[in-house]
Amino acid sequence: MIQVIINGLLIGAVYSLIAVGLTMIHGVMKIVNFAQGELLMVGMYVTYVLYGAFVAEGSAPYFLIVPVCIIMFLFGALVFKVSVSHVVGKSETSYIILTIGMSYLLRYGFQMIFGSNYQSIPVSESLKFGSITIGGIVFTTTRLIAFFAALIFTIFVNYLLSSTDIGRAMRATSENKTVATSLGVNAKIVYIVAFGLGTVFAGVSGLLVTPLYMIYPSVGAVFSTIAMSAMVLGGLGNIKGAMIGGMIIGVVEALSSTYLTTNVSQIFINLVLILILIFKPYGLFGKGVRIA
Amino acid sequence: MNMLKMDKVCAGYGDLKVLFDISLEINEGEVVALVGSNGAGKTTLLRTISGEVIPTSGSIKWLGMELTKLPENKRAVNGIAHIPQGRGILASLSIKDNLLLGTYTKRTKPRRAELLENALQMFPILKERLNFPAGSLSGGQQQMLAIARAMMMAPKLLILDEPSLGLAPVVVDDVYRILDVMKRQGSSMLVIEQNLTKALSISDRGYVLETGHMQMTGPSKELLNNKDIQKAYLGI
Ligand SMILES: Nc1ncnc2c1ncn2[C@@H]1O[C@H](COP(=O)(O)OP(=O)(O)OP(=O)(O)O)[C@@H](O)[C@H]1O
Ligand SMILES: [Mg+2]
Repeated sequence: MIQVIINGLLIGAVYSLIAVGLTMIHGVMKIVNFAQGELLMVGMYVTYVLYGAFVAEGSAPYFLIVPVCIIMFLFGALVFKVSVSHVVGKSETSYIILTIGMSYLLRYGFQMIFGSNYQSIPVSESLKFGSITIGGIVFTTTRLIAFFAALIFTIFVNYLLSSTDIGRAMRATSENKTVATSLGVNAKIVYIVAFGLGTVFAGVSGLLVTPLYMIYPSVGAVFSTIAMSAMVLGGLGNIKGAMIGGMIIGVVEALSSTYLTTNVSQIFINLVLILILIFKPYGLFGKGVRIA
Repeated sequence: MNMLKMDKVCAGYGDLKVLFDISLEINEGEVVALVGSNGAGKTTLLRTISGEVIPTSGSIKWLGMELTKLPENKRAVNGIAHIPQGRGILASLSIKDNLLLGTYTKRTKPRRAELLENALQMFPILKERLNFPAGSLSGGQQQMLAIARAMMMAPKLLILDEPSLGLAPVVVDDVYRILDVMKRQGSSMLVIEQNLTKALSISDRGYVLETGHMQMTGPSKELLNNKDIQKAYLGI
């Protein structure tokens, strides 16, 4: 039982990271990005391509994290510039159509380029199945690395938002764009940074799960649902909530797929989500709608 | 030499015309009051300066530069600080973060520590609560925070939209005492008020706006003693 919960927490950290990216985009520009899972898929393929080109077969993909971050940030900035920027602050609902459309475009675009076959990166057996045991509990190496990497990124976001000028500008823009602008903040740049970082977090999550999952064009769908659930569960627009939401979903998924079957984990995730929303309609850390 | 010069500015919201041929000047070191009743267009006039509303005609010159063509966020770096109606504090951010955002631009960032110290010296209440959310402050304290944040911007011109709105009379006096200190330190200000006596008592010159038209202008003392104004605004 403890073993299963630990497994869930480890992978849950990755879900948290995806949800944190989603929350960041939502917090700053009031947009739910329905293509977040597809951005993760892009991150997986970027990892796949870079691995094929530059990494000796069998070695770990982790040092690709730097190029993946850079490529994903630029990709996110581009996606924002050509599409998302046109709907920010314009209408309450047009972003839904836009980001859903974008998710299909990415999915089928990548299918055209890479085909719909399942791919994987040829990491060594020792990495893939390696583990360390502490106090009778087995920590799979890949999951452990994913956990700490996701944790470091999440801590980085918290630091960025709480203690840097661009972080303050992001929070200011989120609360009141007009006031932020009058203080000298360029909202366009804030939006690009927020979307770029949201994309980086999705892409890095993609890299972290490549040793664990197969790579295929529609892999994003699963992660979109998970990230969306984690974000709602934690309370929309709340970074801490998204983190804990991701962990909870990791644990629920691990428990249900271990004690029942893998196929039912989605049902249980949604069940937990519904239960929490019944008792806390704005999510675990949500503050609800602020009046005035 | 005037810092700000509005010349025959017309503006509105879509089809709604609010301002008609507005001309207004502010000289360096001067405190100017803009008064007028509800819905006269005072806030709209400020929004044409802050770039939120773009004039349909006319020009606004700031130190010789055409303001209407300047991106909205470039006011701060050019020395214009605007405290909007309703104070414009960022309630979910801490008091400290609100203050630090006053030095967001490269013009004031290098002086951040010094400006923060000055602001906190002037407003000791804020010092005790630096890490509390700004939304936890009372209305009067929020107005102090808004002024403190504007001071952090080391502005050449400070624009205030109804600083006394919704405050208890004692607190209004506090706010005006601070504005008076700033005036004596040489700050240029444009103060908007419905409260005519307050605004004209602190200012050197005044403008009276009525339904989008500039009705009258002159030294504040003269406006205060003007029979028509007394009748229309003070009910004397
Ligand atoms: N965002 C807006 N969109 C459309 N019309 C507006 C908007 N803001 C103000 N108005 C209209 O413009 C006119 C002038 O409003 P404005 O807020 O400039 O007046 P004011 O002099 O500041 O009034 P008050 O003393 O009540 O603040 C009013 O008729 C108002 O209804
Ligand atoms: Mg007004």
